[in-house]
Amino acid sequence: MITRTRLAAGACALLAALAAGMAFPAGASAGEPTGEDAPKVDLVLDVSGSMRTRDIDGGTRMAAAKQAFNEVLDATPEEVQLGIRTLGADYPGDDRKTGCKDTAQLYPVGPLDRTEAKTAVATLAPTGWTPIGPALLKAADDLDGGDGSKRIVLISDGEDTCAPLDPCEVAREIAAKGIGLTIDTLGLVPNTKMRQQLSCIAEATGGTYTSVEHTDELTDKVNQLVDRAADPVVTPVATEGADACAKAPTLKSGLYTDREEFGQQRWYRVDVEPGQELRASVSVGADRAVNPSYGVLLRAVTVHGREIVRGEAAGDGRTDVLSTGLRYPKAESDEDDAAAEAVCLQVTNSFSVASGVKTTPGLPLELTVDVVDGPGDSDDVAAFGLGRGWWLLGLLVLVGFVAGLLWGWLSRWRFAIWRTN
Amino acid sequence: MRFTRALSAAVVLLGLAAAPAAADSSPSASPSGDGDAPTTAGTSFRTATEFEQGQVATANGAAGDYLYWSFPADAGQRPTVKATVKLPETHAAQTWRVDVYDGLRRRQACQWGAQARTADAGTSSVELACVLRTVRAWTEPWANDPLPGTYYVRLTAVNVPTSDLGVPVSTEVRVDSKDIGGAAAVDGSLAEPLVPGIAVTSGADKGDEDEKSAVLSAIEPEDGWSSGWWSDRWVWSGIGAVLAALAGIGGYALTRGSGRPSRVPPGA
Repeated sequence: MITRTRLAAGACALLAALAAGMAFPAGASAGEPTGEDAPKVDLVLDVSGSMRTRDIDGGTRMAAAKQAFNEVLDATPEEVQLGIRTLGADYPGDDRKTGCKDTAQLYPVGPLDRTEAKTAVATLAPTGWTPIGPALLKAADDLDGGDGSKRIVLISDGEDTCAPLDPCEVAREIAAKGIGLTIDTLGLVPNTKMRQQLSCIAEATGGTYTSVEHTDELTDKVNQLVDRAADPVVTPVATEGADACAKAPTLKSGLYTDREEFGQQRWYRVDVEPGQELRASVSVGADRAVNPSYGVLLRAVTVHGREIVRGEAAGDGRTDVLSTGLRYPKAESDEDDAAAEAVCLQVTNSFSVASGVKTTPGLPLELTVDVVDGPGDSDDVAAFGLGRGWWLLGLLVLVGFVAGLLWGWLSRWRFAIWRTN
Repeated sequence: MRFTRALSAAVVLLGLAAAPAAADSSPSASPSGDGDAPTTAGTSFRTATEFEQGQVATANGAAGDYLYWSFPADAGQRPTVKATVKLPETHAAQTWRVDVYDGLRRRQACQWGAQARTADAGTSSVELACVLRTVRAWTEPWANDPLPGTYYVRLTAVNVPTSDLGVPVSTEVRVDSKDIGGAAAVDGSLAEPLVPGIAVTSGADKGDEDEKSAVLSAIEPEDGWSSGWWSDRWVWSGIGAVLAALAGIGGYALTRGSGRPSRVPPGA
């Protein structure tokens, strides 16, 4: 009877344990993957007068670009919405003011009609100025709308001729709009100044810069970039951290972006139930030329201001982002209806720039929050407190042997006494 | 008679004792086929290209790019990240570096290996390596020891002269790990591996799997995450117990003689 009761109790306990193990973590989901919107790509082609130069595989730069575009249009994945914008295609004159407005949409961003797009590309002839800044602004407008990934591929053979509008700052402002846009740049037979400018544009938005000397390089790279746009990526949710915990937005599990100015503090809040674990990581991007030696600090603080745990990172030299993270498992509570704890997350950075570099908009900040079930207890250093190794075996054998001897002597002694009596 | 018994017992003991040693030398993570190894790299943590241990991930990039990959590492493994950068024929001296970050985007220290190297003008390739610490199933939350989950590899040129910016390079990354086995088996485990976005993916409705939706990291080792339950410590401890019992019997037998009282004459 007793055995049966025990069995039943054991089965119940087992079932309960299984049920507890299978229950999903209650983490709600913000920043839910949004792969439904089509990825959009805008190819921005420089059609300025200098594209006439014959230095790519014996042909003109324009011919190389046209050939590359034809191949790219053939290889574009179905789901990608592709558009083409030109700069310097229409105004051949000398008036700088007019020349710097010369950017036009050659093929609108949308479902791709390959023949139509190719015909449009075929009409292009090298003409005017190189208004990179205005073209980027317009291209960003072309891509506006939708939650899919957005990419501008800028192909140019000369630096911007429309100062004082710095295309690099334009790119940074476009990125700061929070529409999740990346600009990749390709330089045709570049010189030093152009390399600097184009890589600056790319770095401002987390894109890449590539120098191109041959037609096939151009085709491969543009294809690669268009394919990259087609890869599904989680779109971060824009949020705005406050300057104090009390005013901070409450975040759930997900991916968030924000902007943080130099020396600014950003606060966020996350609710953590007893028995849950908070995982947070933060990346602060260096989207402009920053001074060497920088740092990022992420602190988890209670509402009363006590620091729970911190993650810190420091670096030196060229970098795209600096990131750190932390983990905070909140202990189980004995009470049944224990309230969730609001944990404040504070992000600070110690990036700095040389004088003359614009400090607005702030640096891009990416925050991931995961609230999952808490980790198991660790009662011992070793798994289940088990032992391992030759010392353990030696000890066990020795102790066993000695115990056997003692037991043997003891029983002999007892036998002797029994006999005597 | 007594001697023979003791000897045979000793032989049995030795045989048993050799077993855990054999259990130690389990093979490390087996390299999988390179058939579906990725040929591109991501450009941020968010877009990092996932690959398995043992695969050779390749990517064409440009000097100045930040190339990201991610791979899974499980408890008891000590991953070694190796990266090769093939440079064009003419280039100035440039320094390349490989950094490894864990699932919380914390930079992980390399125990040894050339994490950064300068390629002098004219050299055709740079080889980098980083041997991580052993991944443990559990650590205190205040420690930044490696935990099972996603690991990010970032490969970049940290020092490129402007003349070399954007010059095409081809890169290759490979991760292999040494199986440390029971020596690294610690008590405790995480409820979920340190995979970014796992709270969103594991909480989501599993019904609409066919929708190809984006996740931060969908990484998992080929045979799933280890439960953290098994380690060769069970074998060692079990064999220890058996040996102790046998030694106990042996010791007892020594005190008892052949089992016949010596005063009893042989013929009785």
